[in-house]
Amino acid sequence: MQLVDAFESGTKLCEYCTQESCTIAEAMIRREVSRGEMMRDAILKEMQENLNVMRESVRIGLEEHVETVSHLSGGEAMRLFRYAKYDPFSGGNTCRAAASAMAVCEVNSSMGRIVAAPTAGASGILPGVLIECGIERGWTDEQLVQGLFTAGAVGLLFAQNATISGADGGCQAETGVASAMAAAAIVELSGGTPEQSLDAAAMTIKNIMGLVCDPVAGLVECPCIKRNALGAANALLCADMVLCGITSLIPFDEVVSAMLQVGRDIRKEYRETAKGGLAATPTGKAVAEKVKRFQKYAGEY
Amino acid sequence: MEDFSVFDIIGPRMTGPSSSHTAGAVRIAYIARRLIGTEVSRVHFTLYGSFAETGKGHGTDKALIGGILGFTPDDERICHAYEFAKEQGVQVDFTYSDEPADHPNTVKIEATDVNDRMTEVVGRSVGGGNILITEINELGVELSGEYPTLIVRHMDEPGVIAEVSHVLAQLNVNIAFMRVFRHGRGRDAYMCIETDTPVTKEMQTIIRQLCKGITELFAV
Repeated sequence: MQLVDAFESGTKLCEYCTQESCTIAEAMIRREVSRGEMMRDAILKEMQENLNVMRESVRIGLEEHVETVSHLSGGEAMRLFRYAKYDPFSGGNTCRAAASAMAVCEVNSSMGRIVAAPTAGASGILPGVLIECGIERGWTDEQLVQGLFTAGAVGLLFAQNATISGADGGCQAETGVASAMAAAAIVELSGGTPEQSLDAAAMTIKNIMGLVCDPVAGLVECPCIKRNALGAANALLCADMVLCGITSLIPFDEVVSAMLQVGRDIRKEYRETAKGGLAATPTGKAVAEKVKRFQKYAGEY
Repeated sequence: MEDFSVFDIIGPRMTGPSSSHTAGAVRIAYIARRLIGTEVSRVHFTLYGSFAETGKGHGTDKALIGGILGFTPDDERICHAYEFAKEQGVQVDFTYSDEPADHPNTVKIEATDVNDRMTEVVGRSVGGGNILITEINELGVELSGEYPTLIVRHMDEPGVIAEVSHVLAQLNVNIAFMRVFRHGRGRDAYMCIETDTPVTKEMQTIIRQLCKGITELFAV
């Protein structure tokens, strides 16, 4: 298996990793080197910079007063993170990862700096999961950067063979793919095989297949922020399932194709147009009206 | 199959909340600023389609102001763009248009620079932070801003294009993509030349000196 072909599918990627006895992360780095735009060191440094921005966005969302541009949300990440101390039903680690994911989304909606992963709307899941698990397990930055490459490889397979755009494939293509990326990353960082990483990715998508994109008032806030919390929990659970030896009956590549087909079948109203689902509820419409009135107001509000 | 980089998936680093309504908007205005080549004193933005409908909630207004001030999409000053504009004495205003546009996320930028020169740029945000500049001073163009770009205004006559590409070759600048547009036969025309490496200020001077039919030259 040649490197140029390794990223055509999950099966080929696993084949390449087995043949080279390397991780998905290493295969991803080699592919990036082979594109010829950056040297290996620069590639690693660039990813470290992404990690730094991710960590900072988690910190700001959890520690500082964050108010979104629309004034619809803010401060909820901090609330959930504090509550995580008090024996939450979802467990401390899950609760903190979910809160961290929300933190990034709140920073995003307040025009703060984030790293799209794979999109801005789903930007909380990967940092939420990686940073929290990193603290919990004592992973170094070097390891976390490797995790980001694993995640990048999984996202790339979706981008190439399906879609990572809510307008094309609904929310499953954004928060779904972000969860798949996060799950694969922590499985590989925990010593899982490439096959196990992709199995975890497949499971996260199977769990939310068909999820629609129905943002209230067309803004990246409701339900996006809380779906990032769910995405973090989904990733953690699927990673655990895989690491205890559970496998995915439907292989990764087939899940990717199915996700694309389902995305195509989702009506346009449910693909980021803010015309269906939660956006079309009486409350959703009322919020949209309110936001529209802001629009008419000149200057800042 | 598109050749994605891992940094298309983990990245870009950007100011939220939306790659199309925020990051894309910054890029359009940033490219307009680069085209103008100097500081802007007055700017009027006309927003169409989804930019007009939900732009404000996505901070599209601040993104556009930020871009015209020369901020890039990951600049944290974008959310305070109004204050920065005021501080720098840049007058900004907005029209939220109900008129239909060719693309849902479209903006028209009419800017007057400090030399009282007016530039009009129309651009659209096509998703994922990617953009397309479709008009410069009422001339239809197609410019993505992904590569260093040279925009050359010239007379529509034989030999001008060959001259410019010849000089670029001598300067060891490789042309990645190139398109030519014109108002009409024998009239004003534009070349949009996307290159692998930037065309420096010195190189621009050389091109201006050596290529006769050129009337204006911008680099983005």
